[in-house]
Formats: sequence, structure tokens, C-alpha cells
Amino acid sequence: MLPSPRIFLSVVLLSACQGEPASPEGADPAKSVVSKGSSGADQGPPQGEPVRAILTQAPAVPPPTGRNAPAKVIVELEVREVVKPISEGVDYTFWTFGGDVPGSFIRIRQGDTVEFHLQNHPSSKMPHNIDLHAVTGPGGGAASSFTAPGHESQFTFKALNAGLYVYHCATAPVGMHVANGMYGLILVEPPEGLPPVDREYYVMQGDFYTVGKYREKGLQPFDMQKAIEENATYVVFNGAEGALVGDKALQANVGETVRLYIGNGGPNLVSSFHVIGEIFDKVYYEGGSKTQENVQTTLVPAGGSAIVEYKVEAPGTYVLVDHSLFRAFNKGALGMMKVDGGDALEIYSGKEVDSVYLADKAEPGAGQAVAQASAELAQGSVTLASQVAAGQALYAGTCSTCHQADGKGLEGIFPPLAGSDFLNADPLRAAGIVLTGLNGPVTVNGKEYNSVMPPMSQLNDDEVANILTYVYSQWGNQGHVVTADQVAKVRASAAMPQGAAH
Amino acid sequence: MDPGAALALSGLTVLVPAGEHRPFYPSPGQETVQVATFAMDATPVTHAEVLAFVRDQPQWQRGRVKRLFADERYLSSWAGPTDLGTLDPLAPATELSWHAARAFCQAQGGDLPTVHQWEHAADATADAPTGARQDPATLSLILDWYGRGDTPPGPVAQGAPNLHGLYDTHGLIWEWTLDFNSLLIASDAREGGDQDRMRFCGAGAISAIDPADYASFMRFAFRSSLKADSTTRDLGFRCAYPLSP
Repeated sequence: MLPSPRIFLSVVLLSACQGEPASPEGADPAKSVVSKGSSGADQGPPQGEPVRAILTQAPAVPPPTGRNAPAKVIVELEVREVVKPISEGVDYTFWTFGGDVPGSFIRIRQGDTVEFHLQNHPSSKMPHNIDLHAVTGPGGGAASSFTAPGHESQFTFKALNAGLYVYHCATAPVGMHVANGMYGLILVEPPEGLPPVDREYYVMQGDFYTVGKYREKGLQPFDMQKAIEENATYVVFNGAEGALVGDKALQANVGETVRLYIGNGGPNLVSSFHVIGEIFDKVYYEGGSKTQENVQTTLVPAGGSAIVEYKVEAPGTYVLVDHSLFRAFNKGALGMMKVDGGDALEIYSGKEVDSVYLADKAEPGAGQAVAQASAELAQGSVTLASQVAAGQALYAGTCSTCHQADGKGLEGIFPPLAGSDFLNADPLRAAGIVLTGLNGPVTVNGKEYNSVMPPMSQLNDDEVANILTYVYSQWGNQGHVVTADQVAKVRASAAMPQGAAH
Repeated sequence: MDPGAALALSGLTVLVPAGEHRPFYPSPGQETVQVATFAMDATPVTHAEVLAFVRDQPQWQRGRVKRLFADERYLSSWAGPTDLGTLDPLAPATELSWHAARAFCQAQGGDLPTVHQWEHAADATADAPTGARQDPATLSLILDWYGRGDTPPGPVAQGAPNLHGLYDTHGLIWEWTLDFNSLLIASDAREGGDQDRMRFCGAGAISAIDPADYASFMRFAFRSSLKADSTTRDLGFRCAYPLSP
């Protein structure tokens, strides 16, 4: 009997695929056991003694498997519900794989058979399970790993596809388990391994939803409504604001090549991952097998990953951000890599000139007036004329964009400073508003304004004093003189919004 | 803390009036079920009560209980088979398997409440027979509870009772039900008898009546993770009693 035309056609297509060379360069035949895709990726039964997987906590990454044959790999992962800081002075009850957020990094090789043990600590209040995106099979292991507190589940899977995969808890309510930190990365190396690099790090982003506002102190419960509205309180790398900052910054030396395994646990937000001052030489976008070169910002989906590589050429601090920038500067999505080594001035000069420049709105020579007032203050006293002159320059640079050069503001949007009853009523309140911003309705000269003034906490005490003294000296205002000492007291007593005005 | 309340109220039973209950996971074509009037313990069963029980029925003591009926963690926080050690006698008894909890209730002339009975009774708010499930306060009780992290449950009856006079229905412990595993057995016809629907990503949300009811999701997910020999530190029970034999 003749085969049907449809079957015949598919056979032709299949052989056409197989006829293609694995690599145009005619690479090492051992390497041409292509890691791409799952078909034909079953490299036979595991060989040798079972191997116990080395698990690491972020930012550490386990060493390469170094194996050239598939093995049986035993992974033991313990779920713990732990209270830890999510920001300074702010605690959160994280649900974790391995005691930390993100969960332990798992590294295996394509073709490995993984015997997975999920242990749920007896002190847990919730049942948990695990869905590994590296698993081929219904639920990614979730159904087979559903585990009550104080119990352990076991299942086995074969890692058919190479790549960097997210794993996460998938117990109802799923979003909440993920929002509490239940995610991590599993790297399935291609058979030939990944090219050697000098340093590897593990960085994973996640968004968190707390009842209290950003940086509101104390133990903060999960806020379901904010989670549903995707209105994150925190967006952080490695489970806490500041997890990769200061002493905990990632380290590298000039001339080294760095590989970052980037994951995004979500549950809601997609990351625009960027390292300030670096260009990714290579990106395995979406954690797959293909690479892109010369990338500034790579998109990391919720429940997805990317591998980025770059050589660090110049010393200094490089800042890792989600380039959705309010997350970086107002919700915590900021980390650092410190690069040590000799200057590479031909690549980056460092600061060559330092002079005052007050944006395009400032008058020429404005810097001089500011410097004059500062110098006088340092000597012990500052004249009113100097304060007003400095204040005028600073006002032009900082305030006039909204309140306008003539102090009249924009009716209904930016309140006037000229002849303002609200302003004249209380100079110290005005100083407080400059420092901490103003949010919500105010009535100025009988008109209601309801907008947001960001905190200007980047201004020094004397700069604030000079601006206010200038404003009070103009436009029919009542001529109050504000001193740097007064501003310092206001600043000390004000509840400063942290992280304001970067 | 008010140990007096715990002492006075544990062991009391209250009446839960009949009512129409809307199951969180309704059966196809059956949005509501009728729950008949029954009696129920006002508080979860306490350590002190279980201690008396295992003295009376030594086959339920730690070390004597059949392994088939309880896993290794059974009453493992106790100092000895009949010694509570430092445990608060008025805290809810946990680390008991379904078999042991049921034996306790049967010894009192009752049984574990069914899921429908339990959910119906616990859906009462302070002043209405239903609505706790939709009440954000219920959810926040539970969120606060797990948010406290690794803390063993304190004594019973420290909060306010619901309309029926039941204490600690939410936010102290999980509680056994007679048919805790029924969700996995009663499958939705549209899902072709898929018994895993509660167990992974999103599956549980499809058939639930209110996808925003996270408190119920957590409770049902917890129940479906259990086997009859399971014991956990935050799982206790209370008994239900039929009104006529």
C-alpha cells in the first residue's frame, strides 16, 4: 500500500532538516549533538553513580556540571516560611525554596534525569509544590510535588531542553505564593556546557505587595488588593531592597568577563533589565539558546529569564536596574557591581571638569551667586543680598519649571508663590514642603490645587533657605528670611521620604 | 491573653442553625447545598482535652498509635506519650491525624464536621450567618496569622466569636473535616475527571465561585494537600454533633 501524500510529505521535510549541517563552520562533531529543542535530546539513560546537586543561594551560582554524559541528579529542596527584612526596618513573611528569595539555584546538564525531593518544613502553615519550567510534563512537576507541612514529595523528570528556566510554587492561590517569593532558577546546561567566564552571578527580580507603604516600618502583611491591581510596593533583586548594595554588591575585576543569570519571578511585572554603564556583549535572550550581541536593556518576562555576559573594562560601580525607573529608585529594583582594577582612562576618563551648572533655566553666572552665598555662610554669616541672589539662581534651576519664573504658577495645576496666602502663612511649613514634597489638596488664594510636588531633599539646608528667602522677597510676599539653621531643624524633624529625588 | 476564656469555653458546644450554603467549589448544576442544624464545639479541641482522651484510650498515644493511622510527627511536640511538657494545655491540639481526630470526636458522641458543615458554620460573621468569605477582615485574619511566621498557636477563644458563638474559625489553626479529600473525588464533568485540578497553576481558579477569595483558596488547597495519616503543627480540629441520633 502506498503511503498517503501527507505522510510522504512529512518524511521529505524531516529528511531535509536532518540534511542541514549543524554548524556552518563544521564544528567539533561532539558539540554538534545539538542542544536545541527537545526532539532527539534524550541522550540515553543516566550514567555513573547518582550525583547530588549543589544548590546555592543568590547571588552565588553552582560550578559547571563538568560532565559529558547524562547522570542521575538528586535535588533536595526545602520550603520554609521565614520572616526576613524586605527593606531596612521592614519585615515580610517570605515563602521560600531553600530559606531565601530567590530560591536555590539548581544546575544540571541536558539529558540528566533529576530525582526531585520537595520538603515542606514542619513549621510551614501552607502546603506547597513546585512547577519547574525545565520539566516536560503536566504541571511541570506541580501535581506530583504537592506537599503538606512536615512532609516530603518525590518525582523524577528528564531534562530534555537546555536553557535557563524559572521554577515556582503553583499551589492555589498561585499568585500569592509567587508574590511571597516562591521562585528560583534552574540552569540546564547544553551538552557541551557554556563557554567559560571569569564570574557567574544569580540575580532574580520580584515584585512585592505590602499593606504598608514603601519603607513603612515593621512586619508588613501581604496586600491582596494591591497584588490584583499590580500596584507593587517593592520591586527588588534577590528578595530585598539592598540585597546587592554596599558590602553585598557583586564583585569583578577589570578585564574579567561576567555572566549574569537573570530571572524574573514576577508575579506581575516584566523587567527591563539594564546595567548602568555597561553594554551586554552577549544576551541569551529569554534564557534560550540563541544569542544577541551589543544589548543595552533586555526584557525579562515574569516567569522568564535571560543570560547576559559582558566584559568589564573600566573600574567603578555599575548599577543594576529595572529600567522602568521608578521601580529602581522608588521601589528598590537596584543592585550594584563593583569593579576593581586600574583606571582605563582611554575607555572612560572619569570626571575631567567639575563646575556648577544649573540646567538650561539658570541664568548665566548663577553658579557664582550660589557659591558666594555658601562661602559667606561658611564664614559665619550670610547677607540677605547674597541669599536672595543665590536663591534666585536656584529657583530658576529647580522651581521655575512648575511655579514659573514670575512665581505665578499655573492656575489649577501649580499653585502660585506670588502673593500666596498659603506660602506666607508659615515659612517653616514651606521649608518642610520643599524637603518632603506635598501630596494632596491645598487651597491657595481661594483656589484648590491637588497635585504632587516631589520632595527636593537633594537641596542643602542653605540652598533651601536661600530659595525661600528669595521667594519671600519677591512678588509682594512678606519678606521672611529663612536661615539654614531653621531648615536643618525642619529637616531633622520631618519624616523624610526615603529614596526621594534621585 | 485571657486563659479564663479558653478554660470556660473549651468543651462547650453551640448550635449552628440550618441554612443554605454556597460551596466554594460547587458541584455542576448545584450552586447551593442545604445544611441541617447541628451542634459544634465552640472552640478547637485543646491539648488538655486530647491528653484526657489518650489517657483513656492508650491506643492513640504517641508510640502506640498504628503507623497506618498517623505519620511520624504525631503529637511529636509533646514531652511524652501522656505529658504535654511546656505546651499550653489551652492551646488547640495539633499534630493529630484525621484518624485520631475522628476517634476523639466519636468518643464524645460526635464526628468531624463535613466540609459543608464546617464552611457553613465558619462563613458566619460576628452578626450575620453568612459573609465571612467575602469579608476582608477574614482574609486579613489569615494573612496576619501566617504573617507571624514560625509561631505555635496560642490558647483558644482569645478573639471574638462569630454569630453562632464559634471561636477561632479563622486565623488560629487549620481544622480537619470529615471529607477533607472530597474535592479530589468529586470532579467536574467538563474537566474529564481531572483529579489534579486543585494542585497546580491556575487550575483551582477556574471552577471556584470567587477567584478573589484567597482565604478559601488557602483553606481548600491546604485540605487537598492532606492524607488521613497527615499531622502538621498548624492543623487541629473541632467536633460536630447531630441533633438527634
